[in-house]
Amino acid sequence: MSALADLLSSGIVRTVLIGAAMLGAISGMLGAFAVLRRQSLLGDALSHAALPGVCLGFIIAGTRDLGSILVGAFITGALAALIMMLIVRRTTLKTDAALGIVLSVFFAVGVVLLSWVQDQGGAASAGLASFLFGQAAAILASDLWVMGGVGLVALALVLALWKEFKLVSFDADFARAQGFPVTLLEATLTVMVALAIVVGLQLVGVVLMVALLIAPAAAARQWATTLGPMVALSAAIGAASGAAGALVSATTRGLATGPVVVLIATAAVVISLLIAPQRGLLWQALAARRARARISDGRVLTTLQGLAAAHDDASYPAERGMLETALGARAPSARIAALERRGLIHPVTHPPETTPHWELTEAGHAEAASLSGKPAPAQDEGTR
Amino acid sequence: MIASFFGSIPAMILLTGILVGVSGALLGSFLVLRGNAMLTDAISHSIVFGIIVVWLLTGQMSGPVQVLGAALTGVLTVVLSELLARSRLVKMDAAIGLVFPALFAAGVLLISIYARDVHIDVETVLLGEIGFVWLNTVVLWGQQVPIAVATLGAVLVVNLVFVLVLWKELKLTTFDPGLAAALGFLPGVLHYAVLTLTSVTAVAAFDAVGAILFIAFVIVPPATAYLLTRRLWGVVVLAVALSVAACVAGYVLALRWNVSIAGMMASMTGVWFALALLLAPGHGLVAQALGQRSKRLDHDCRALVAHLFTHQNTPAMAEENTLRALVDHLRWPEPRALAAILRAHDRDLIERRAGLLTLRPKGNAEAEAIFGRIEPER
Repeated sequence: MSALADLLSSGIVRTVLIGAAMLGAISGMLGAFAVLRRQSLLGDALSHAALPGVCLGFIIAGTRDLGSILVGAFITGALAALIMMLIVRRTTLKTDAALGIVLSVFFAVGVVLLSWVQDQGGAASAGLASFLFGQAAAILASDLWVMGGVGLVALALVLALWKEFKLVSFDADFARAQGFPVTLLEATLTVMVALAIVVGLQLVGVVLMVALLIAPAAAARQWATTLGPMVALSAAIGAASGAAGALVSATTRGLATGPVVVLIATAAVVISLLIAPQRGLLWQALAARRARARISDGRVLTTLQGLAAAHDDASYPAERGMLETALGARAPSARIAALERRGLIHPVTHPPETTPHWELTEAGHAEAASLSGKPAPAQDEGTR
Repeated sequence: MIASFFGSIPAMILLTGILVGVSGALLGSFLVLRGNAMLTDAISHSIVFGIIVVWLLTGQMSGPVQVLGAALTGVLTVVLSELLARSRLVKMDAAIGLVFPALFAAGVLLISIYARDVHIDVETVLLGEIGFVWLNTVVLWGQQVPIAVATLGAVLVVNLVFVLVLWKELKLTTFDPGLAAALGFLPGVLHYAVLTLTSVTAVAAFDAVGAILFIAFVIVPPATAYLLTRRLWGVVVLAVALSVAACVAGYVLALRWNVSIAGMMASMTGVWFALALLLAPGHGLVAQALGQRSKRLDHDCRALVAHLFTHQNTPAMAEENTLRALVDHLRWPEPRALAAILRAHDRDLIERRAGLLTLRPKGNAEAEAIFGRIEPER
């Protein structure tokens, strides 16, 4: 605990921690809509497209001023989104090709500009390449205000257009039929993704930003069934991943913040995919197992019932081999033990044989009757 | 002669770029047409993880085992994404976006922890070092050949043989996977074969162009070719040609402006795409705009003919069959009205007689065709 206090006493660590948490919250909130609208990879394309903007912002401003760099990134990101839309609407190329084209060509232009800026020299250009993977240590306390401002704008937009975004996310065609300006709303959502990317550039860089948009949303989707809780949870998971990533990377030298945050967010997804109630893979596996057991139990009961009916003896003792022949399958011992526990069958000995036999109990007959729809055969006198 | 060719730095840089471009375009044609282009993005990112893990295990950066081992990670990414999507918990695009950044992030961390002193640093991972490929050479048939050229040359041969030998199968599985499956062509196997070769190519191209620029070489030339032709062999041949042209032009411009060579080569693929998007005959944006304009003009012409026909030989004719009437009554802006009149005149539909616009026989015929559905008065 005191190690944590030591860490937090460092101003840089505190700044990075707050910044990463804010970034996680913003991208988690906005990423939820992108994931629901099946536009997860749009974030990938837009973040790569931010690179030439970073360089242009630097070239025009002449200094490594965060404001102009972010404006540049935002403009080329938006331009990339427009070109993507143009390609999808006006050509026969599919969305994924359009994404790939925009992503790789904008990034290539960014690489060219980056090399040009570095060639021109100037100490200020030195840190420009850090936008590729982000450089948490370069973040200033004053940058937090910029990030906070962008976050507030995003939050205000989400709250103000909540109903519209909800409709567009789940049924865009219905929204269009209802006369909502769907194209405008979709453009707004895209712009917001670009905003989140701009915030993330400094911390996680253009290459890994996509994970921060998708992972919290995918994790939150596992736990929440309605939009409100999902968006809130996504923001919370994003913030927690950001904060945890910042702390972990602060403890070890050489661990870049961005990749660590991404891996932690991914771990949150993996855990959520596995254990989330109802939707989780483990839950699904468990439910499937239960269903199989129920069917297996039912078959054992109805088979015993059938044997009893065939022998006209309600308490007919069936031996395992006989039961399995009639069942046409192996009767798992675990199922038989479970049926015994539930009081539906009970073991009996059937001298002179020494192997265990089973017969249906009263409750077992009732259960079998409800499963097979056949009444229990009459009790044979003398056995009871 | 051969020695001086392999000894020439510009020739080697250019050759490396062309080998990357051609190998990428061959496979990319099928990926783009199948709608799998973004799998290239996932593969090229996640091989970084494979490369570093294989290096940690074997201590070697290059060699056939290393290439195949690292390429496995690329295929693994696709398999994992498809498994995740099949669980129905996330959609395919989100599945891709979850798997490859995680592997990439792990790769970057491993590099920064274990591989600081090796020549691979995180910037090389993204951008490559095509300018330095000639530094690492291997002796082949008595020649000093850059390792990158040798590896990429081998990869190109494999890709070329694959595409040529399985041409029919690739064509069928690309355009009609259902039929291909029904005929027993195993589209799934071919799908993974293409992705495996893409991974292998990505690993081989990694030193030269890095993880991200490789995507440009795979996706953009085939997409450009697809804007220009609809034949499969046309797409493949054109994509290869565009790749080579992008490498040559990119290299020349990069030298002139002293900027990143690989970046400029990849940017040039984007320039070809932009040109094709604008100027492609028939489908380009300019052709679309011109076609629309011409359609509107034809439509205006028909409206003009109908207008003149309605008022022909009526008392209102003096007022209606004039340019003024088109502007005032039809509320056409004057340039639009003039353009329609000129067009109709060119097509010999109307003439100017005694200051009025009147229909020529051809114009009358067209008007009757327009109104033809109306029953003539008995």
